[in-house]
Amino acid sequence: MRDTLVYIAVMAVVTYLIRVLPLTLIRREVRNVTVRSFLYYIPYVTLSVMTFPAILDSTGSQISGFAGLAAAVALAWFGASLFSVAAAACALVFVMELFAL
Amino acid sequence: MADHRKHFFSGMRDGIPIALGYFAVSFTLGIACRNIGLSAFDSTLMSFTNLTSAGEFAALGIMAAGSSYWEMALSQLVINLRYMLMSCSLSQKMAPDTPMYHRLLVGYGVTDEIFGISVNVPGRLDPFYVYGAVSVASPAWALGTLFGVVLGNVLPARIVIALSVALYGMFIAIIVPPARKDRLLGMLILVSMALSWIFARLPLFSGISGGMKIIILTVLISGAAAFLFPVDRGLAGCASNTDDKGEGEGHA
Repeated sequence: MRDTLVYIAVMAVVTYLIRVLPLTLIRREVRNVTVRSFLYYIPYVTLSVMTFPAILDSTGSQISGFAGLAAAVALAWFGASLFSVAAAACALVFVMELFAL
Repeated sequence: MADHRKHFFSGMRDGIPIALGYFAVSFTLGIACRNIGLSAFDSTLMSFTNLTSAGEFAALGIMAAGSSYWEMALSQLVINLRYMLMSCSLSQKMAPDTPMYHRLLVGYGVTDEIFGISVNVPGRLDPFYVYGAVSVASPAWALGTLFGVVLGNVLPARIVIALSVALYGMFIAIIVPPARKDRLLGMLILVSMALSWIFARLPLFSGISGGMKIIILTVLISGAAAFLFPVDRGLAGCASNTDDKGEGEGHA
């Protein structure tokens, strides 16, 4: 094994630069409508892609993962807070795993 | 000043579910650290300075194999490149006159989850909102790693699994309410999930890493949507476009 601290420093620098460069370099409002729209859509697309199907594989079974997903969508649809949605999905998955579903 | 304080506390509040999820995930990361013989100090330092799950898990493999530093840099670049897209989106969410030191500090906190809640605040993003979220999420991530290294398999698997679902629950809580108001966003979310499912399940795409899949799909789908349905209103990356006119455009 090489020097662990150097490994960590390399990781940290690369990851930080990726995160900070756009924030520091793009300081004005983008005027181009297509680029603006692209940036506007990014959060919805990227969060959707990260959630599904990963949530199905994150639990002990696809069924409990799907139940957690369905509960979260239903609660969010009816305006439950961020915390309640997250907590309800957790609780449901926990109970289902308890009964080995 | 009072406004910053308010934003800081609301960031902390929204950061609590993130912190719980982070604690569970980083606990398993800590166990993985211990398995390759990383010390408690090094593991905690890695988590505190990197604040990223997929990147750190991959890094452990690279350290264990004794690969070159270049390989480490390249792997982190590829795995974490999605943060660049998120950061581009956030750059339009912050007020254009946000000072440089705030931009440098906010950069540390651009994770999937903190990005998610940050685009969700109405109007412009106050850096103090991000600081509030980071102040609970980052220690949870670092401490979870530490506990994982020191304690090993003490948390029942069921609890770890249930807590890691919290992070997905949060993503759902962020994307669903705007989709209820805007049918186009609802369709976009369904299409994104469907394509993501195909990408994840078809053996054809199994050679592409998870991080790369996120980038490819995000660029393709957001790009197509931008061409087909350009939106000429409000802020990029802002869900509630109507209530940011006053504060947003005022000092721009």
